Amino acid sequence: MQLAQLLIFLILFPLIAAFFLFLAKKDLERAWIVKLSALAIAIVSVYLLISTYNMGGLLFSVVPAEPTGIIMFFLEMLIALAILYLGIVHKKWLVVGLILIQSVMMLWFELVYAHSVEVSSNLFIDEFSNIMALIIGIIGSLICVYSLGYMKFFHESHPEMKDRRPWFFAIMFVFIAAMFGLVFSNNILWVYFFWEVTTLCSFLLIGYTKTEEATTNAFNALWMNLLGGVAFAGAIIYLAMFGNGIMGLDTLLTSGKVIALIPAALIGFAGLTKAAQLPFSSWLVGAMVAPTPVSALLHSSTMVKAGVYILVRLAPIFQATFTGYLLAMIGALTFLIASGIAISQSNAKRVLAYSTIANLGLVVACAGIGTYEAIWAAILLIVFHAISKSLLFLSVGTVEHRIRSREIDDMNGLIVRMPKIAAMMVIGIAGMFLAPFGMLISKWAAIRAFVDVPYGFVFIIILAFGSAMTLFFWAKWMGKIITVTSDSKNIEGEVDHSEWTALTSLAGLSLITTLVFPLLSTKLLEPFLMENYGHVAQLSQDNIIIMIMMLLLLVIMPLSILIPQRKDKHVQAYMGGRTTTHDMWFSGSLGVQKKTVLSNYYLHEYFGEAKLRPAGIWICTALICIMFAATALRGVFL
Amino acid sequence: MINIVWGIVFVLLAPVIGGLVAGIDRKITARMQGRVGPSILQPFYDVGKLFEKEQAVVNETQIFYAICYFIFMIFTGALFFASGDLLLVVFALTLAQIFLVLGAFSANSPYSYVGAERELLQIMAYEPMVIITAVGMYVATKSFNVGDIATTTVPIVLLLPGIFLGFLYVLTIKLRKSPFDISTSHHAHQEIVKGVTTEFSGPSLGLIEITHWYETIFLLGFVYLFFGFNPLIGVVAVIIVYLLEILIDNTNARVKWQLAVKSSWLIAIIVGVVNLAALYFLAGGVP
Amino acid sequence: MTYLAKSPWIIHYDASSCNGCDIEILACLTPMYDVERFGIINTGNPKHADIFVVTGSVNEQNREVILNIYNQMPDPKVAVAVGICATSGGVFRECYNVAGGIDKLIPVDVYVMGCAARPESIIDGIVTALGILEKKRSEGASAPVVTDHHMNKEHHKHAEGGVQ
Repeated sequence: MQLAQLLIFLILFPLIAAFFLFLAKKDLERAWIVKLSALAIAIVSVYLLISTYNMGGLLFSVVPAEPTGIIMFFLEMLIALAILYLGIVHKKWLVVGLILIQSVMMLWFELVYAHSVEVSSNLFIDEFSNIMALIIGIIGSLICVYSLGYMKFFHESHPEMKDRRPWFFAIMFVFIAAMFGLVFSNNILWVYFFWEVTTLCSFLLIGYTKTEEATTNAFNALWMNLLGGVAFAGAIIYLAMFGNGIMGLDTLLTSGKVIALIPAALIGFAGLTKAAQLPFSSWLVGAMVAPTPVSALLHSSTMVKAGVYILVRLAPIFQATFTGYLLAMIGALTFLIASGIAISQSNAKRVLAYSTIANLGLVVACAGIGTYEAIWAAILLIVFHAISKSLLFLSVGTVEHRIRSREIDDMNGLIVRMPKIAAMMVIGIAGMFLAPFGMLISKWAAIRAFVDVPYGFVFIIILAFGSAMTLFFWAKWMGKIITVTSDSKNIEGEVDHSEWTALTSLAGLSLITTLVFPLLSTKLLEPFLMENYGHVAQLSQDNIIIMIMMLLLLVIMPLSILIPQRKDKHVQAYMGGRTTTHDMWFSGSLGVQKKTVLSNYYLHEYFGEAKLRPAGIWICTALICIMFAATALRGVFL
Repeated sequence: MINIVWGIVFVLLAPVIGGLVAGIDRKITARMQGRVGPSILQPFYDVGKLFEKEQAVVNETQIFYAICYFIFMIFTGALFFASGDLLLVVFALTLAQIFLVLGAFSANSPYSYVGAERELLQIMAYEPMVIITAVGMYVATKSFNVGDIATTTVPIVLLLPGIFLGFLYVLTIKLRKSPFDISTSHHAHQEIVKGVTTEFSGPSLGLIEITHWYETIFLLGFVYLFFGFNPLIGVVAVIIVYLLEILIDNTNARVKWQLAVKSSWLIAIIVGVVNLAALYFLAGGVP
Repeated sequence: MTYLAKSPWIIHYDASSCNGCDIEILACLTPMYDVERFGIINTGNPKHADIFVVTGSVNEQNREVILNIYNQMPDPKVAVAVGICATSGGVFRECYNVAGGIDKLIPVDVYVMGCAARPESIIDGIVTALGILEKKRSEGASAPVVTDHHMNKEHHKHAEGGVQ
């Protein structure tokens, strides 16, 4: 009973906070509401973890299905009407068409089948939901706190835009509520409702600045997510028609592949759209026009995680099916292609966007494979990616405000100009691709998961190439940041303290999670895997010790700077014998003064977006079609 | 599982053997070119000299990265010889290599900058093949543990002939031999001045040189894994492989980075896919 | 003898030589003379080099470069002037644009005669330089950063005021 209240609190409390934020017009009031609610949400999500410790999966039937279901249905229809209106106003007929199809489907379901569906427990909590709740509760809250400073600065530097901050913060909190709802719901209808809410929230937040570009990209995101919504609605109707009234995730998972595979494939497709897998990657890249906290919250650490969350949930159904392998192939190819495109990007936020798409692809690949080892890797990926990526997004946002640019080449010598934030970024980037940090552990786990799968070598080869590319674009960015330029001055100044709190907490988290990852594995992941698969995956004790050694070495090494050293002779960089000035000017031919400019390799010729993206879209679209055809055929034959 | 003794033996002996290997390499190279060549101990003289020289830097952080490169390369090798997990060894190697790249980036010098970017291209070129090799060894021996692989009775090289050839191909990159010495080079070879090591001098350059000895021994150890079923054949094979690398070094002109990346990827795809696929199909789809 | 003398790495700079001496220096690297026997390597990078080998005389174009390379070499270091032009300016001594030998700019430790200098005498010069190098090391003396007092102020101003 008490646990159920915690879940309901986490879903409803952000809504209440959102309501007050909508009303609060003063900066100070808003700051207090955001900080206190963020703290409350974070504390409760941690408390939830403590109180469900060692309890395994728990189902709750405290919330009556009937009135809640009807309220949700009406809200859904309201959302649909709102989207319909916006679609007509902006003449986006694709959106109008999709929302009409979706609403008609849901209306039909409500009128014809709703009474025959009975879900005994609507809410549930297990270790995986707990992990997701922690990500939403802690990282989501930190991002909201960060937004306080960021949005203030944002509107100071963009006076032409209307200050709609009450609206902004309200939507952010509604979004957090929806995410909590999504991960705690057992009733698929509820999952669908929260799913639609996240779609709407992301649409509103991407279009926040109301510029033409923002509106276009917001609608782009909307139609892709609505397409997923249609597939989700299709899954619900299929279940109602052929599923003997199954409408709970728990019953779906135990209902056997004959019934579950088709709806799982449909929901999986919805997951692909939400997780911005190819061919739907463009919405996430386009969403980068939004203010940076939006990118961090929606498009890297939480919302796209909803897509992979549902895929990982349904993974037991996909295991060892043709559908599952195709799904995994889509994920793996997305990983490969998005990593390649990221090499050619010079805009920091676009690099982050493509890297997000790539890493989600890896999670999808693991989910499609669906073995216990793969799921272990998938959950680790979700956790570590959320932390490192939000840290990177927020750092880029802060840097952008100082240097007025998102270009990676403009970040040259950041370690001199903004040492503290540069250090945060280095931690974030290292967390994304270097041993012994989380993402690398997860990739390692993924390789180990793939080797034991039939024909897993295909995935391993894709992974090997993809991670080589990942290494290239992260390392060259890191190199830009740590370049020591002799002429730069420290322009860091006073970083807004709310931004600073969020950044340091995330940097701390990324180190701590790497340190306590064995604990995370034994206390949360292994019970979850045991319950769902009857097996556990883990790294051997030796390897864990070795990784902790590496981490300690990495942490200790920078301290060596503190040791007093003899003064070394300083010379200028070698310039072929030319004398350079302190700020890297040299006299070229005929005495013309030139500045040395160093730029990264982007290799457009090989990894250009225009080249790789169409290929990816066609291949993945074809794979999705094959996936549905194969699933349907299997449905017919069985 | 972890065999600390071998790890310590590596840390102590690798620089000695590595330096000798480098000396023999220079001697043989000289003989191939019809020269007398330096003393076999020449690499030790070189490093000794570098430590006698003054430390000149563009900025102090360079030294920090050079030390990190040194320490993590030792760590990688020690982990390998102490029977660690092969995949973890590969990742540790990457970490070490990244520190060298960062050291080159940090100097803000055009030559070392281009060297760093090229070094990254090289890492990108060889990384897939190395991972495929590690996985191939797992498929052949059912273990990622270096100790198990080294002492297995399975003739790995016969199961992984394609992967072995592919590994030899990228080994040329790792050993910084022509035609793939595009980021920095050995002996009297020059490219973009000295690439990643352009801005290092004196003791820090000496450190990088020693690190390279460690790396050579580690890589030769990796080659040995293919022949772990018979130590005698293993040692002979390692020697032949190294002589082959010297021959390649002396008979090939340096290629552009485009060709280096393309060819290594192509080879990784062809031999990796064909060899791994063959193994999987022989085993009926499941390893 | 310490390691320093067993591993002299050189950097060779062609100031304004006619290429005669340069060809002879390269000849030293061939199998015929094979200076790598003595551990000598032509590095092409002042930061790795111990011996600065200059051919040709000083003129307005190369003043800056000679100083830059010399100053970027870590101590202990020696300079070897190869050929008569590098030693004194040679036949170009009286030219309006030639300042004279390399010692007008940097402290030269060994002079190698000849026009062009023969490989044998170049090797002899470098081996002589090794002794001086060793002496400098044992004394622990560090060469001062050399600046150019003769450098034309007007010229410099022009360079800075040029089109950017």
